[in-house]
Amino acid sequence: MPFIPHTADDIREMLATIGVPDVEALFDEIPQALRSDALASIPPALTEMEVGRLMSERAARDGRPLNFIGAGAYEHHVPAAVWAIVTRGEFYSAYTPYQAEASQGTLQLLYEFQSMMTSLTGMQVSNASLYDGASAVAEACLMAVRANRRSKSARILLPAALNPTYREVLAAIAGNQDLRFETLPYDARGGCTTAASLEKYRGEDITAMVIQQPNFFGTLEEVDALTDFAHTAGMLVIAVVNPTSLALLKPPGEWGVKGVDIVCGEGQPLGIPLSSGGPYFGFMTTRMEHVRQMPGRIVGRTVDLDGKPGYTLTLQAREQHIRRSKATSNICTNQGLLVTAGTIYMALLGAQGLASVAASCMERSAQLVDALTRIPGVRLAFDRPRFHEAVLLLDRPVAPVLEALAARGIVGGYDLATHYPALGPALLTCATETRAPAEIDAYARALGEVLKSAAAA
Amino acid sequence: MSKVPAELRFLKSHEWARLEADGTVTVGISDHAQQALGDLVFVEVPEPGRRVVAGEACAVVESVKAASDVYSPVNGEIVAGNAALGGQPELINQEPYGSGWIMRVRPEDKSQFAAMLDAKAYEAALAAETH
Repeated sequence: MPFIPHTADDIREMLATIGVPDVEALFDEIPQALRSDALASIPPALTEMEVGRLMSERAARDGRPLNFIGAGAYEHHVPAAVWAIVTRGEFYSAYTPYQAEASQGTLQLLYEFQSMMTSLTGMQVSNASLYDGASAVAEACLMAVRANRRSKSARILLPAALNPTYREVLAAIAGNQDLRFETLPYDARGGCTTAASLEKYRGEDITAMVIQQPNFFGTLEEVDALTDFAHTAGMLVIAVVNPTSLALLKPPGEWGVKGVDIVCGEGQPLGIPLSSGGPYFGFMTTRMEHVRQMPGRIVGRTVDLDGKPGYTLTLQAREQHIRRSKATSNICTNQGLLVTAGTIYMALLGAQGLASVAASCMERSAQLVDALTRIPGVRLAFDRPRFHEAVLLLDRPVAPVLEALAARGIVGGYDLATHYPALGPALLTCATETRAPAEIDAYARALGEVLKSAAAA
Repeated sequence: MSKVPAELRFLKSHEWARLEADGTVTVGISDHAQQALGDLVFVEVPEPGRRVVAGEACAVVESVKAASDVYSPVNGEIVAGNAALGGQPELINQEPYGSGWIMRVRPEDKSQFAAMLDAKAYEAALAAETH
């Protein structure tokens, strides 16, 4: 069914009414030089059957490798019920509906999502989600500049151990809005950002500091010390967190003496399958005192005239359809369908289930590190506690080793050479609850053979 | 019909201002503006010590249907924001020219205050807006 309600007759009639010869004439104020005709690199249309065949062939070429790569997106078991429920007609929409209050079920689900996220992060209020983790961090930085009214500098401290793709998105989104980012080094032994590295900023006007927990290396940061230092210096604190890890770790709302000001991150670990980088969803929570600076939609619970509970979009006056260019953000919507999956995932697992997923991740990751560091030429880069990822240092360049592993059906991890050349040959590797002990052994055997054969060659 | 006190000065963007005995200028939004916004639910007042220029957005008034900026009529330094509005934004609806004041500015140059609309000119501007 086409979703275009007007017929050719309707169009003719409308054009006749306003005295325009054809639809093309409606665009005549756009100069020819700015118009594109056919899109040269888009191939001709294929039928559904042809697309299906093409995709099956390409998927077969990828095979089903054993995955030990994380680096921001994580393979978790998604109970079959999650997507069976999400794809029911009542939920199957990508968007917050217009006339939102007519869709009480969708609003109730978003309200439940917000309640779960505030509880997981230890904060007071959540929005209905953002595009993804990277854009959520960018929005959090812009929000901090609005919310920290004592600071005039719009300077923000970013750890070098913050996910490098987040830093690139930050530069793209916030870099043109007069924000200035300064990089905090990581400790060469611990792989974490130390409070000592902050000393040089004492007494300066800094708007906010970002802390990622666990950081990109999988290392746990000294979040209490960092948070307290930042607060004492008049900065706001933005926590970037993995939601799965929060089932075990202290929630950012309890970091340090006061807790952080804004929490954000990537929601993909909560029931969203890995899919070439997306679509995923971002989340953001904060304290009530900052709620009017928070971007995105917020669903509230209220009662109707008869006293019956109902759900409604709230605090909309700060949003773009009302405040236009002065809105808290003009690039935010929510990821309705993926948040639906995330909410159902959390509801099915419950607090205990999520904690047991997080514990299994830590256990399997520790087993992986044990098994791999027994191989000659492989050692652990950092000695601080970790969640489910670790940086391993190899005695030779990583890329050829990963290629040899891929030929054996194993995706061994993420090569840090591009973003962290100072580490030398370094491999970021991950095991979640989905990696069975036998699979970890298979990886260790394969890596041992690859390193031995290359050494012999 | 909204009230336009004769002793105050105004901007076309619906701020009012009063020159106090201590040389500071008190700023609020007009009765017309509060009527147009409807019930106010939140007011963000500026921090004392902030330097502002005439025409700069210094405060935000938010009602259930809109959030609008409040502009400084003069160059100068903010000396006070009305802290009572934090808990009682409705003061602006109840007494826009009294307890609903928003901020006090120490002007660099009083001629900017003198150049504001007088009550008669503001009434004329309101009349022009509604026709």
